[in-house]
Amino acid sequence: MIKKSRIQKDLAQGKGGVTRESQPESSGKLSQFFGKLKRLFHSMSERTIVSLIYLCGVSAIIFVFGIFFFVFREGEPFLKDHLDFKSFFMSPDWYPTSVSNKRYGILALLAGTGSVTILAMLVAVPFSLASAVFIAKFCGKKLQETLKVMIELLAAIPSVVWGFIGLMVLNPLIVKLTGASIGLNILNAGIVVGLMSVPIIVSIAEDAMRAVPDTYLEAAEALGATRWQTIRKVIFPAAKNGLLAAVLLGVGRAVGETMAVLMCTGHSVNIPFDSKAPFFHILDSVRTLTATIASELGEAPRLGALPDGTYPEEALHYQALFMIGIVLFAITFVINLVADITVKGIRKK
Amino acid sequence: MTGTNKKQATANPFAPSELTRKKMKNQKIAAVIFGLMTLLILIPLVLLIGDIFIKALPSLTWDFLTDVPRNGMRAGGIWSALIGTVYLVVFSLLVAAPVGVMAGIYLNEYAKDNWFNRIISLAVVNLAGVPSIVHALFGVGAFVIFAGFGKSILAASLTIAIMTLPVIIVATKEALSAVPIPFRVACWNLGASRWQTIRTIVLPNSLGGILTGIILEVCRAAGETAPIMFTGAVFFKFVERGDLLPYSPTEQCMALSYHLHTISTQVPGVPESMLYGTAAVLLGFILMFNSVAIIVRMRVRNRKRW
Amino acid sequence: MSKIVKEIIKYLVIVSMAVGISGCGKKSSEDKNVITNSGSDTMVNLAQMWAEEYQKIKPGVSVEVGGGGSGVGIRDLMQGIVQIANASRDMKDSEKAQAKQNTGKEPLEWIVGYDAVAVYVNKNNPVESLTLAQLAQIYAEGGITDKWSQLDIDITSKGSSDEIVRISRQNSSGTYFYFREHVLNNKDYKSGSRDMSGSKDVVELVGKTMGAIGYSGMGYDTEAVKFVKIAKTEGQTAYEPSIENVATGNYPLARSLLMYTLGQPEGEVKEYIDWILSPAGQEIVEKSGYIPVQSGQKK
Repeated sequence: MIKKSRIQKDLAQGKGGVTRESQPESSGKLSQFFGKLKRLFHSMSERTIVSLIYLCGVSAIIFVFGIFFFVFREGEPFLKDHLDFKSFFMSPDWYPTSVSNKRYGILALLAGTGSVTILAMLVAVPFSLASAVFIAKFCGKKLQETLKVMIELLAAIPSVVWGFIGLMVLNPLIVKLTGASIGLNILNAGIVVGLMSVPIIVSIAEDAMRAVPDTYLEAAEALGATRWQTIRKVIFPAAKNGLLAAVLLGVGRAVGETMAVLMCTGHSVNIPFDSKAPFFHILDSVRTLTATIASELGEAPRLGALPDGTYPEEALHYQALFMIGIVLFAITFVINLVADITVKGIRKK
Repeated sequence: MTGTNKKQATANPFAPSELTRKKMKNQKIAAVIFGLMTLLILIPLVLLIGDIFIKALPSLTWDFLTDVPRNGMRAGGIWSALIGTVYLVVFSLLVAAPVGVMAGIYLNEYAKDNWFNRIISLAVVNLAGVPSIVHALFGVGAFVIFAGFGKSILAASLTIAIMTLPVIIVATKEALSAVPIPFRVACWNLGASRWQTIRTIVLPNSLGGILTGIILEVCRAAGETAPIMFTGAVFFKFVERGDLLPYSPTEQCMALSYHLHTISTQVPGVPESMLYGTAAVLLGFILMFNSVAIIVRMRVRNRKRW
Repeated sequence: MSKIVKEIIKYLVIVSMAVGISGCGKKSSEDKNVITNSGSDTMVNLAQMWAEEYQKIKPGVSVEVGGGGSGVGIRDLMQGIVQIANASRDMKDSEKAQAKQNTGKEPLEWIVGYDAVAVYVNKNNPVESLTLAQLAQIYAEGGITDKWSQLDIDITSKGSSDEIVRISRQNSSGTYFYFREHVLNNKDYKSGSRDMSGSKDVVELVGKTMGAIGYSGMGYDTEAVKFVKIAKTEGQTAYEPSIENVATGNYPLARSLLMYTLGQPEGEVKEYIDWILSPAGQEIVEKSGYIPVQSGQKK
C-alpha cells in the first residue's frame, strides 16, 4: 500500500477533493446550493465506489472459502456418518454403484493421481529447469523474447486440446514404439500433463533465478567464475527456494488436471505398482481422482435426507464424489500454501 | 577472453590458462545441452500444433464456421458450439472484469501491509490453484443448486468467472504497481483523494496491463471444459445457421471445448478432418487472442512515458 | 493509446450489455419451445438425429440433447431438470419413488426402440463364440479368466500379448448396468478394466488393440472389429446380434431403449414422443443401427 502523509490525509478526508478554492467564483444562492450538491454527490459516490472496491478486494477470500464451504456442504453427510478412514483411503475397491456390495475405497484413484503426477514431474522438471536456465542466462535478448513468447503460447493451450492430442496422436505412437497393448496409459497422460506443467515451472524458476541479488553474481565474476560455474555454485543454491516453489506449483497443476487425464489415462481402476518388474508399470492404465469426479458426477443423484436424518444408500455416491473433491482441494491447498511460504522466504532475504 | 593458438600461449600473458579453457569448454557444453533440452520441449509442441492444423485443413472453410452440426454431428459445422462459447465468455467477462479490476485496485492501492491483506493475497493464489473439477463442484453446489439457476448459461458463466478471477486480479495489480509512486504523490499534493488519483492518473496509465489481463481471461474461459460440463453445456442443441443471438441466459448451450470432447469420445464416424478442424478452430482462436495480449503488453512497455 | 483503448472498452461494454438484455428479452417473449432431453450415451446419437430431424418438421420447437449416461438422465428426471430421460436400462423402483417424492409425478416408460448389446473383439482375434458364463469369468470380480490361452485361443501367434484387455464403460452408463445385471448376475466388475466414457470409445479401442474385448451397442460396429456370437449356456447355439436374432429372442443380450417422462406428457413433449414412435421416427432408429418398435407405451 502507498502511504500518505497526515497532512494529505486531512486535506482529502471527506471532501471529495472538490474544494471551494478550486471552484470558479460563483454568485447567487442557487449556484452555491448546486455547488454543495455537487460536492455531496462526489463524496457520496466516492464513498460507494471505495466501499465497492473494498468489497471486491475481500471477494477473493469469500470465493475461496465459498468453494470450500459448498464442496464441504455437499460431501459432509458422507464425512459424518460413513467415513471409515481406513476403508476410504486404504482400500482400492471403488464400487459406488454396486448392487450387491457398495464400496468407496479411493486407494487406486490416489495411486492413479500419484503415478501420473510423478511421471509428469519426471518429464517436466529437468526440461523446465534447463529451459529456465537457458532463457535466463545463456540467451541473447531477442532469443529470450521469442522463447518466452513460445512458452506462454504453450501455456495457453486448453486442456481439452491436450487430451485430444494424447488421444489422437500419442496413442498410436506409444503403441508403435513400446508395443503396449493400449496407448492410453500413465505414459501418455504423464507426457501430456508434463508438457502442460512446463510453462508454470519455467516462469517461476526464471523469476527465482532473476531474483538472485546482483551482488552475488558480481562477486562470483570477480573471482573469475564462468557463467556456468556461477549458475551451478551461486544461483542454484541461492534460488533453491524459488525453484522448489516452481516445482511444487507444477505438481499442483498436475494433480488438479482433469480433461487431459480423462481422455488419456485409459480410465481404469488399477494400482500400477507391484512386485513384478519393472515395479512401476507406466504402460498400465489408471484412473485419477479428478477424472473419477468428472465421469461420475453427472450420474450420482443428489438425494435429500430421509425424515429420520439419515440418507438413503443411493445418496452416498454423490456425497462420496464431493468427499473426493474435498481431498483434492486439501491437497492443492497445502501444496499452494507450502509454495507460497517458500517464495516468501526468498523475498525476505 | 578468446582462445589463442598454443604456439603463442607461452608468449601472451593474457592467454587463458589450462583451467580457464576447461571451464569455458564446460560452459559451452552446458549451454548446448540446456539449449537442446529447451528445444526438445518446444519442437514437439510446434510439430503437434502444426499436425493439428494440417490435418484440419480440409475442413477449415467459412461453411464450417457458420453452419450447424448436421447428420448426427458428422457433417456440417460448429456454429452452435462457437456462438455458445462466445456467450459463455462474454457473460463471464461481465462479472469477472469489474470484480477483478476492483480487487486488483484494492490490493495495490488500499491494502495496508497487515495479516488480513496477506491472507487475501494468499487466497488469490489459492483460487488460481484450485483444480478445475473442484470449481465445477462449486458451480454445481452454489449456482445450480443453492442459487437455483439450474443448468444454464448463467450458472456456467458464473463458474467460469470465479475460475478466471485470479488472472485479472494479478494482471491489474501488476499494471497498477508499474505506475510510479511520484505520480500519485503529485496528485495527493494537489489535494486529490485516493480514488480521484486512481480514477484520473493511475488507471488510465495501467489500462494496457489491465487489457492484457482481460484478454488472457478470455483465453482461459474459452478453453475450459470441466466447469461447464455440469453447469450448462449440452451435447446438442439446435441453432439457426449463422444466428447471432440464439440462446437466452437461462438455457443451456453448446460450447466449443465440450463439443471437441464429445465428438472425440462419443460420436462414431466423425470424419477425421472434422475432429482436427474443431480442435484447430478452438486452438486457433485462443492462440490468436493470446498473441494479441502479448502484442498489447509489448506495445504498452514501449510506450511508457516515464 | 489510452484514448483508443477507452473507446474500444466502451464499445465492448455496450455490445455485451445489448447481448445480455436481448437475451433476457428473449426469455420473456418465448415463442420458441424447448424440450429438454438427457441420458443414455447409447442413445445419444439417436436422440440427436431425432432432434435434428424434428427441427426440420417443427421449426418452433428446439430439442436440447444431453448425454452423460442413463444414470445422468434418470437423475435429471428425478430432480425435475429434464422433461425426457433417455435410458438403456430400467429405472429402479427406488428411483421411481424418489422421482415421485421430488416432483409429485410418477415416471412413465416408453419403449422407443430395441438394441442388442454386442460383444466386440478385434477382427484379427480368432475367437468366434463365447457363453455367458465365460464372459462372466472374464469380467466379474473373482472371475478366473485373464488370458486368451485359458480359453484355448491362440492370439500370441498373431503378435499380441496373451492378456485379455477388458474394455468396459464408466458406471454412469446404462450399458454398464445392463451388462452387470444380465452377464455378471449383479456381481461387481473386476478392477483393472479400461472404463471408457462412450459407446464409441469402446469399439474404437477394441479396433486398435488386438487382445481386447469390449461390449457396446450393436449400432457402433466398425470395420476394425467383429461381433462375438453369444450362447446362453454351454452346448446351446451361439447367435450373432442382428435384427432377426433380436426379434426372435435368440440373442441373449437384447434390451429395450427407453424414454421416461414425468407423468403423461402434454403439449410439445407429447407430440415429440408420438413422432418418435411414428414410422418417420422409427425409420431413424433403423438408420442408426438399432431395431424399431411396433408398439408404444409399456406400463
